[in-house]
Amino acid sequence: MSWATGTSLLVGGFLASAVRVGTPLLLAATGEMLTERAGVINLGVEGAMLGGALASALGAMSFGVWGGVILGMVAGMCIALVFGAFVVIAKVDQIICGTAITLGVVGLTGTAYRQTFGAAGPGLSIPTFASLPVPALHDLPVLGPALFTQPLLTYFAFLAIPVTWWMLFRTHWGLSVRATGESSEAARAAGIRTRGLQLFVTVIGGGFAGLAGATLVLAQVGTFAERMTAGRGFIAIAIVVLGRWHPVGVLIASLLFGVATALQFLFQALGLAVPYQLFLMLPYVLALVALAGAVGRVRAPAGLGK
Amino acid sequence: MRGRWWEVAALTLIALVIGLAFLALGLRVAGFDPGPALAALWSGAFGSWYAFTSATALRSVPLIFLGLAFAIAARGGALNIGGEGQFCVGAIAATVIGTHVHGWPAALAIPAVLLGSMAGGVLWILVPVVLKVRFGVLEVISTLLLNFVAEQFVSLMVQGPLQEARHTYPQSDPLLQSARLPVLPGTRLHIGFLLAASAGAVCWWVFSRTLWGFRLRAVGLSPRAAQVSGRINVPRIVVGALLWSGVLAGLSGGVEVSGVTYALFQNLSPGYGFTAIAVALLARLQPGAIVVTGLLFGALEAGAGAMQRDAGIPAVSVYVVEAVIILVVLLADVLARRYWLMRVVPVEESVA
Repeated sequence: MSWATGTSLLVGGFLASAVRVGTPLLLAATGEMLTERAGVINLGVEGAMLGGALASALGAMSFGVWGGVILGMVAGMCIALVFGAFVVIAKVDQIICGTAITLGVVGLTGTAYRQTFGAAGPGLSIPTFASLPVPALHDLPVLGPALFTQPLLTYFAFLAIPVTWWMLFRTHWGLSVRATGESSEAARAAGIRTRGLQLFVTVIGGGFAGLAGATLVLAQVGTFAERMTAGRGFIAIAIVVLGRWHPVGVLIASLLFGVATALQFLFQALGLAVPYQLFLMLPYVLALVALAGAVGRVRAPAGLGK
Repeated sequence: MRGRWWEVAALTLIALVIGLAFLALGLRVAGFDPGPALAALWSGAFGSWYAFTSATALRSVPLIFLGLAFAIAARGGALNIGGEGQFCVGAIAATVIGTHVHGWPAALAIPAVLLGSMAGGVLWILVPVVLKVRFGVLEVISTLLLNFVAEQFVSLMVQGPLQEARHTYPQSDPLLQSARLPVLPGTRLHIGFLLAASAGAVCWWVFSRTLWGFRLRAVGLSPRAAQVSGRINVPRIVVGALLWSGVLAGLSGGVEVSGVTYALFQNLSPGYGFTAIAVALLARLQPGAIVVTGLLFGALEAGAGAMQRDAGIPAVSVYVVEAVIILVVLLADVLARRYWLMRVVPVEESVA
């Protein structure tokens, strides 16, 4: 094997794993961005993701991978619906409510998981998505394995970006969502049913988060573990800020996090003796650095969190 | 967020009953008999003097410290949900000092350990504070993200510089005897419980009897009004509140290491930082009430442990009870505010 092929294999593999670990973040962040555009900040996205992960694992064991995907999305939507009912209809504090929802889901999934599989938690055998090479494109050097030999859900996540962009910025519905996020009173005065709209996008955001959890289980890890989302939902919230509440920005920020997470695989492959904990810290530290650089120059939806 | 003490007490009881009812319902649905489970919960928390001191009260110590830490910041309108991370760093600092103070008398070693843990907590919250002041990063997100960094930091320490002498297990050497907190004879309860209660008393005094406490509340209620009053430096008050929050959170880690575990290891905290948020909210950020709700949640978690041992029900199920309690209190606050407005508005109209 020549040096050039070796390098291109290494880089290709690195990019492929970056895209793969970036996909759940991209999905969760896309949903959270929609929700925040309507003025609702959902810290329960971590819980929705975790609930989606467990539901997809259980679903996939009984009904196959697609059953897992659907159940994961439904679980995420149900969790977001509870959150939405509290913050949109009862108007309780969004941050505190989101924290409580996540806490509750940690308890629920932990209990359900131990009840179903026992405290030891054996490796579950869950059907998973295989890679689906895109005809012709997957033969490209470097980019072929990185972008066009991915599980189906990854293509869906990428496809969701132009769709969300079009919905938000080119449709009347998207205008209503953004108007609600800037000033729900003004939007209501203009005849928009703001509460229904906020509840709807919150649930859609939950669906994305559930799908993110399903992707984590069915296309990445291949099993469920307690608290397996490990803060990815919170990172998704940071990604939304970093991506400036815009679909393209969210895409770039998610890939950045994918790269930061995948670095550990690359460094292991290169045989560098650096403590692995430093790599596990890296995405969170990067999030903080990126937020510090981004926040001053961007403006959140004016009605966010109110 | 304020109310007469008996209103708060009644609401807490109602929220607790609803939370436990959810648990019982969930157990019934899952095919368990809720009776023995709830009985195990009770006896694990209050069944004996030993259970009360060595489980409930012991467990409440970090919850009270971290609840007070959350309350200080929240009273000034800042949300520090990084108590968990500051706890971890405080614990690391306490371990470093507690394993190195050879030949020190306890009267020096213990204060050194506790002061070290406070410094660790402040250091960890300094990052979000700087990010907030210099770059306008929301402290909610930055403190939260730092929890995950702190978790890896502990892991790095117990597998690296702080690993025990034989380099087998991922934990630190035990703390020297002189660095350990005194224990109530016959129980596992350490003096940290008194420290936590005193911290509650000091916070009560600061919040209700000092100018700083008054300003803190003014900033929390309306930063703009506080600023235009011309007498309050709002950013300075918020920074001070966050730093004191870090002090108490760090101290909780030091007290846990020097009073309970005597060593550092991974997963030292089973989510104390998050439970403490519930503790503080339930107490309406009132220090005296935080001591009481801290004991209540300590009882819940101690009882959950017994429930897992005796009735085979996973202890994590108690998080559901805690979540339901927070949601009920949030909802009750909103209803109370609406009711209050209904009472007040007609008066304003008649004056106009």
